[in-house]
Amino acid sequence: MTSSLFEQVQQALAPAAGEPDVAHGVLVLNIESAAVAATAKALQEQFGFDMFLDVTAVDWPERAPRFDVVYHFYSTRDHVRVRVKTRVPESDPVVDTLVPLYGSARYMERECHEMYGIVFRGNDDLRPLLLYEGFVGHPLRKDYPKQREQPLVPYRK
Amino acid sequence: MTTTGNVATTPPRGPAFEYLTTKKDEFVGWARKFSLFPYPFVTACCGMEFMSVSSTPYDTDRFGAALPRFTPRQSDLLMVVGTVSHKQAPVLKRVYEQMCEPKWVMAFGACATSGGFYQNYAAVAGIDKIIPVDIYIPGCPPRPEMVIDGIMKLQDRIAAERHPIINKDF
Repeated sequence: MTSSLFEQVQQALAPAAGEPDVAHGVLVLNIESAAVAATAKALQEQFGFDMFLDVTAVDWPERAPRFDVVYHFYSTRDHVRVRVKTRVPESDPVVDTLVPLYGSARYMERECHEMYGIVFRGNDDLRPLLLYEGFVGHPLRKDYPKQREQPLVPYRK
Repeated sequence: MTTTGNVATTPPRGPAFEYLTTKKDEFVGWARKFSLFPYPFVTACCGMEFMSVSSTPYDTDRFGAALPRFTPRQSDLLMVVGTVSHKQAPVLKRVYEQMCEPKWVMAFGACATSGGFYQNYAAVAGIDKIIPVDIYIPGCPPRPEMVIDGIMKLQDRIAAERHPIINKDF
Protein backbone atom coordinates (compact mmCIF):
# COMPACT_ATOMS: atom_id res chain seq x y z
CA MET A 1 0.00 0.00 0.00
CA THR A 2 2.76 2.35 0.98
CA SER A 3 4.75 1.59 -2.14
CA SER A 4 1.77 2.24 -4.41
CA LEU A 5 1.19 5.58 -2.68
CA PHE A 6 4.84 6.43 -3.18
CA GLU A 7 4.57 5.56 -6.87
CA GLN A 8 1.51 7.76 -7.27
CA VAL A 9 3.22 10.68 -5.52
CA GLN A 10 6.35 10.20 -7.56
CA GLN A 11 4.43 10.03 -10.84
CA ALA A 12 2.42 13.11 -10.01
CA LEU A 13 5.14 15.36 -8.63
CA ALA A 14 8.52 14.29 -9.99
CA PRO A 15 7.94 12.09 -13.03
CA ALA A 16 11.39 12.76 -14.46
CA ALA A 17 13.08 10.73 -11.72
CA GLY A 18 11.39 7.45 -12.73
CA GLU A 19 11.30 4.93 -9.90
CA PRO A 20 10.46 6.20 -6.41
CA ASP A 21 13.57 6.98 -4.40
CA VAL A 22 12.94 5.58 -0.92
CA ALA A 23 15.54 6.21 1.79
CA HIS A 24 14.94 4.61 5.22
CA GLY A 25 11.26 4.26 4.46
CA VAL A 26 10.88 7.90 3.42
CA LEU A 27 10.03 8.88 -0.13
CA VAL A 28 12.52 11.45 -1.42
CA LEU A 29 11.43 13.92 -4.08
CA ASN A 30 14.05 16.08 -5.75
CA ILE A 31 12.43 19.10 -7.32
CA GLU A 32 13.22 22.51 -8.71
CA SER A 33 13.22 25.37 -6.21
CA ALA A 34 10.45 27.14 -8.13
CA ALA A 35 8.16 24.13 -7.64
CA VAL A 36 8.25 23.97 -3.85
CA ALA A 37 4.94 25.66 -3.15
CA ALA A 38 3.09 23.75 -5.87
CA THR A 39 4.55 20.44 -4.68
CA ALA A 40 3.57 21.10 -1.08
CA LYS A 41 0.09 22.09 -2.15
CA ALA A 42 -0.33 18.89 -4.14
CA LEU A 43 1.01 16.80 -1.25
CA GLN A 44 -1.43 18.41 1.11
CA GLU A 45 -4.52 18.44 -1.06
CA GLN A 46 -4.19 15.33 -3.22
CA PHE A 47 -2.21 12.93 -1.06
CA GLY A 48 -3.20 13.87 2.49
CA PHE A 49 0.16 14.95 3.83
CA ASP A 50 -1.43 17.14 6.44
CA MET A 51 1.44 17.65 8.86
CA PHE A 52 4.48 19.78 8.19
CA LEU A 53 7.37 18.31 10.17
CA ASP A 54 10.42 20.34 9.37
CA VAL A 55 12.31 22.58 7.04
CA THR A 56 16.04 22.81 7.23
CA ALA A 57 18.99 23.30 4.92
CA VAL A 58 22.23 21.53 4.12
CA ASP A 59 25.35 23.48 3.29
CA TRP A 60 27.65 22.07 0.61
CA PRO A 61 30.43 24.68 0.40
CA GLU A 62 32.13 23.04 -2.59
CA ARG A 63 29.03 22.45 -4.68
CA ALA A 64 27.63 24.80 -7.32
CA PRO A 65 24.10 25.36 -6.05
CA ARG A 66 25.41 25.57 -2.53
CA PHE A 67 22.35 24.78 -0.40
CA ASP A 68 19.84 21.99 -0.18
CA VAL A 69 16.56 23.03 1.36
CA VAL A 70 14.91 19.97 2.85
CA TYR A 71 11.26 19.62 3.82
CA HIS A 72 9.54 16.77 5.61
CA PHE A 73 5.84 16.08 5.48
CA TYR A 74 3.79 13.46 7.28
CA SER A 75 0.44 11.94 6.53
CA THR A 76 -1.62 11.19 9.61
CA ARG A 77 -3.98 9.18 7.42
CA ASP A 78 -1.44 6.84 5.84
CA HIS A 79 1.31 7.18 8.47
CA VAL A 80 4.05 7.80 5.93
CA ARG A 81 6.61 10.53 5.47
CA VAL A 82 7.89 12.27 2.39
CA ARG A 83 11.03 14.33 2.04
CA VAL A 84 11.24 17.11 -0.51
CA LYS A 85 14.66 18.41 -1.49
CA THR A 86 15.53 21.34 -3.62
CA ARG A 87 18.71 23.24 -4.43
CA VAL A 88 19.33 26.96 -4.20
CA PRO A 89 22.49 28.91 -5.05
CA GLU A 90 24.42 31.06 -2.57
CA SER A 91 23.86 34.20 -4.64
CA ASP A 92 20.08 33.86 -4.58
CA PRO A 93 18.97 31.52 -1.75
CA VAL A 94 15.26 32.07 -2.18
CA VAL A 95 12.32 29.67 -2.03
CA ASP A 96 8.62 30.30 -1.62
CA THR A 97 7.14 30.22 1.85
CA LEU A 98 4.76 27.46 2.92
CA VAL A 99 3.00 29.56 5.55
CA PRO A 100 -0.28 29.80 3.57
CA LEU A 101 -0.43 25.99 3.50
CA TYR A 102 0.99 25.12 6.92
CA GLY A 103 0.91 27.70 9.69
CA SER A 104 3.62 25.85 11.59
CA ALA A 105 6.05 26.71 8.82
CA ARG A 106 6.35 30.24 10.16
CA TYR A 107 8.71 29.44 13.05
CA MET A 108 10.64 26.77 11.18
CA GLU A 109 11.32 29.11 8.31
CA ARG A 110 12.48 31.75 10.76
CA GLU A 111 14.97 29.30 12.25
CA CYS A 112 16.18 28.14 8.85
CA HIS A 113 16.56 31.74 7.80
CA GLU A 114 18.74 32.76 10.74
CA MET A 115 20.85 29.62 10.74
CA TYR A 116 21.47 29.28 6.99
CA GLY A 117 20.38 32.56 5.43
CA ILE A 118 17.71 30.97 3.26
CA VAL A 119 15.10 33.57 2.32
CA PHE A 120 11.48 32.44 2.30
CA ARG A 121 9.64 34.64 -0.12
CA GLY A 122 6.27 35.62 1.32
CA ASN A 123 7.08 34.97 4.99
CA ASP A 124 6.74 38.46 6.41
CA ASP A 125 8.30 37.67 9.80
CA LEU A 126 11.89 36.48 9.41
CA ARG A 127 13.21 38.08 12.61
CA PRO A 128 15.78 36.09 14.61
CA LEU A 129 14.16 33.35 16.64
CA LEU A 130 16.89 31.57 18.57
CA LEU A 131 19.54 34.18 17.87
CA TYR A 132 19.35 37.82 18.85
CA GLU A 133 19.07 41.14 17.07
CA GLY A 134 22.45 42.28 15.88
CA PHE A 135 23.90 38.83 15.27
CA VAL A 136 26.02 38.94 12.13
CA GLY A 137 26.22 35.93 9.83
CA HIS A 138 24.60 32.52 9.75
CA PRO A 139 26.13 30.20 12.33
CA LEU A 140 25.26 26.83 10.78
CA ARG A 141 26.90 27.67 7.48
CA LYS A 142 30.17 25.83 7.27
CA ASP A 143 32.19 28.98 6.68
CA TYR A 144 31.10 30.47 10.02
CA PRO A 145 34.19 30.28 12.26
CA LYS A 146 33.67 27.77 15.04
CA GLN A 147 35.04 30.02 17.77
CA ARG A 148 33.52 33.28 16.67
CA GLU A 149 31.41 34.70 19.51
CA GLN A 150 29.21 37.77 19.46
CA PRO A 151 28.62 38.53 23.15
CA LEU A 152 25.84 40.85 24.23
CA VAL A 153 27.44 41.60 27.60
CA PRO A 154 31.00 42.96 27.64
CA TYR A 155 33.37 40.45 29.17
CA ARG A 156 35.00 41.13 32.50
CA LYS A 157 38.70 41.81 32.46
CA MET B 1 49.93 44.03 68.12
CA THR B 2 49.63 47.58 69.32
CA THR B 3 49.95 48.66 72.90
CA THR B 4 47.23 50.24 74.92
CA GLY B 5 49.22 53.44 75.14
CA ASN B 6 48.30 54.40 71.56
CA VAL B 7 44.61 54.51 72.16
CA ALA B 8 44.32 58.24 72.47
CA THR B 9 46.01 59.14 69.14
CA THR B 10 45.04 56.26 66.81
CA PRO B 11 41.77 54.42 66.32
CA PRO B 12 41.02 52.21 69.28
CA ARG B 13 43.18 49.09 69.23
CA GLY B 14 44.31 46.65 71.78
CA PRO B 15 43.81 43.10 72.94
CA ALA B 16 40.39 43.73 74.36
CA PHE B 17 39.19 45.52 71.24
CA GLU B 18 40.63 42.91 68.92
CA TYR B 19 39.01 40.20 71.00
CA LEU B 20 35.66 41.91 70.58
CA THR B 21 36.17 42.44 66.86
CA THR B 22 37.15 38.84 66.33
CA LYS B 23 34.17 37.61 68.29
CA LYS B 24 31.90 39.89 66.28
CA ASP B 25 33.36 38.63 63.00
CA GLU B 26 32.94 35.05 64.09
CA PHE B 27 29.37 35.70 65.08
CA VAL B 28 28.50 37.44 61.82
CA GLY B 29 30.26 34.73 59.81
CA TRP B 30 28.46 31.99 61.72
CA ALA B 31 25.12 33.68 61.15
CA ARG B 32 25.72 34.25 57.47
CA LYS B 33 27.05 30.84 56.64
CA PHE B 34 24.02 29.03 58.01
CA SER B 35 21.45 31.29 56.40
CA LEU B 36 22.33 31.08 52.71
CA PHE B 37 19.28 31.78 50.62
CA PRO B 38 20.08 30.43 47.17
CA TYR B 39 18.61 31.74 43.98
CA PRO B 40 18.67 28.87 41.46
CA PHE B 41 19.34 30.25 37.98
CA VAL B 42 18.60 26.92 36.32
CA THR B 43 19.05 26.78 32.57
CA ALA B 44 19.86 23.22 31.63
CA CYS B 45 20.14 19.57 32.58
CA CYS B 46 22.18 20.28 35.75
CA GLY B 47 18.83 21.40 37.16
CA MET B 48 17.99 17.72 37.66
CA GLU B 49 21.06 17.40 39.82
CA PHE B 50 20.12 20.56 41.67
CA MET B 51 16.74 19.03 42.49
CA SER B 52 18.43 15.89 43.67
CA VAL B 53 20.89 17.68 45.93
CA SER B 54 18.33 20.02 47.39
CA SER B 55 15.70 17.40 48.20
CA THR B 56 15.45 14.52 50.59
CA PRO B 57 18.38 12.09 50.35
CA TYR B 58 21.11 14.76 50.15
CA ASP B 59 19.22 17.73 51.51
CA THR B 60 21.15 20.98 51.50
CA ASP B 61 18.82 22.10 54.29
CA ARG B 62 21.27 20.42 56.65
CA PHE B 63 23.75 23.13 55.69
CA GLY B 64 21.36 26.01 56.05
CA ALA B 65 21.20 26.46 52.29
CA ALA B 66 17.84 24.99 51.46
CA LEU B 67 15.27 27.66 51.00
CA PRO B 68 15.36 28.81 47.37
CA ARG B 69 14.18 32.35 46.96
CA PHE B 70 12.60 32.90 43.60
CA THR B 71 13.56 36.49 43.48
CA PRO B 72 17.20 37.58 43.43
CA ARG B 73 16.38 40.49 45.75
CA GLN B 74 15.85 38.14 48.68
CA SER B 75 18.75 35.80 48.04
CA ASP B 76 22.44 35.92 48.76
CA LEU B 77 23.77 32.90 46.88
CA LEU B 78 23.33 32.85 43.11
CA MET B 79 23.57 29.28 41.87
CA VAL B 80 24.06 29.28 38.12
CA VAL B 81 23.00 25.78 37.15
CA GLY B 82 23.61 24.94 33.52
CA THR B 83 24.73 26.42 30.23
CA VAL B 84 24.36 30.16 29.77
CA SER B 85 23.97 31.31 26.19
CA HIS B 86 24.91 34.70 24.85
CA LYS B 87 21.23 35.51 24.53
CA GLN B 88 20.74 34.80 28.25
CA ALA B 89 23.84 36.65 29.41
CA PRO B 90 22.11 40.04 29.88
CA VAL B 91 19.48 38.32 32.03
CA LEU B 92 22.09 36.69 34.24
CA LYS B 93 23.95 39.94 34.62
CA ARG B 94 20.77 41.71 35.61
CA VAL B 95 19.82 39.04 38.14
CA TYR B 96 23.26 39.37 39.71
CA GLU B 97 22.98 43.13 39.89
CA GLN B 98 19.63 42.89 41.64
CA MET B 99 21.04 40.90 44.56
CA CYS B 100 21.92 42.78 47.72
CA GLU B 101 25.33 42.61 49.34
CA PRO B 102 26.69 40.40 50.72
CA LYS B 103 26.31 38.01 47.79
CA TRP B 104 28.10 34.99 46.51
CA VAL B 105 28.00 33.14 43.19
CA MET B 106 28.32 29.42 42.59
CA ALA B 107 29.07 28.06 39.11
CA PHE B 108 27.30 24.70 39.17
CA GLY B 109 28.55 22.20 36.60
CA ALA B 110 31.00 22.18 33.75
CA CYS B 111 29.04 24.53 31.49
CA ALA B 112 28.66 27.31 34.04
CA THR B 113 32.29 26.86 35.03
CA SER B 114 33.91 26.90 31.63
CA GLY B 115 31.35 26.42 28.90
CA GLY B 116 31.85 22.67 29.18
CA PHE B 117 31.97 20.97 25.83
CA TYR B 118 30.33 23.90 24.08
CA GLN B 119 32.62 26.03 22.03
CA ASN B 120 30.44 27.71 19.48
CA TYR B 121 28.45 30.79 18.54
CA ALA B 122 25.79 30.24 21.19
CA ALA B 123 27.35 29.41 24.57
CA VAL B 124 29.22 31.64 27.00
CA ALA B 125 32.50 29.92 27.89
CA GLY B 126 32.05 30.22 31.64
CA ILE B 127 29.90 32.66 33.58
CA ASP B 128 32.99 34.26 35.12
CA LYS B 129 33.32 36.17 31.85
CA ILE B 130 30.20 38.05 32.90
CA ILE B 131 29.95 38.04 36.70
CA PRO B 132 32.45 37.26 39.46
CA VAL B 133 32.30 33.69 40.75
CA ASP B 134 33.16 32.54 44.27
CA ILE B 135 33.05 28.79 43.93
CA TYR B 136 33.23 26.44 40.95
CA ILE B 137 31.80 22.95 40.96
CA PRO B 138 33.00 20.89 37.99
CA GLY B 139 31.31 17.80 36.65
CA CYS B 140 28.78 17.00 33.98
CA PRO B 141 26.67 16.95 36.04
CA PRO B 142 28.40 17.19 39.42
CA ARG B 143 27.64 14.53 41.98
CA PRO B 144 25.55 15.73 44.93
CA GLU B 145 28.52 15.10 47.19
CA MET B 146 30.54 17.60 45.15
CA VAL B 147 27.84 20.22 45.49
CA ILE B 148 27.67 19.70 49.24
CA ASP B 149 31.44 19.92 49.39
CA GLY B 150 31.27 23.15 47.42
CA ILE B 151 28.66 24.58 49.76
CA MET B 152 30.79 23.66 52.78
CA LYS B 153 33.88 25.26 51.26
CA LEU B 154 31.90 28.39 50.54
CA GLN B 155 30.62 28.37 54.12
CA ASP B 156 34.16 28.14 55.42
CA ARG B 157 35.03 31.16 53.34
CA ILE B 158 32.03 33.10 54.54
CA ALA B 159 32.84 32.26 58.15
CA ALA B 160 36.44 33.37 57.72
CA GLU B 161 35.57 36.76 56.25
CA ARG B 162 36.55 39.73 58.37
CA HIS B 163 34.40 42.82 58.69
CA PRO B 164 36.56 45.40 60.48
CA ILE B 165 34.63 48.09 62.29
CA ILE B 166 37.68 50.31 61.96
CA ASN B 167 38.44 50.21 58.25
CA LYS B 168 40.15 52.51 55.79
CA ASP B 169 37.02 54.59 55.33
CA PHE B 170 36.52 55.21 59.04
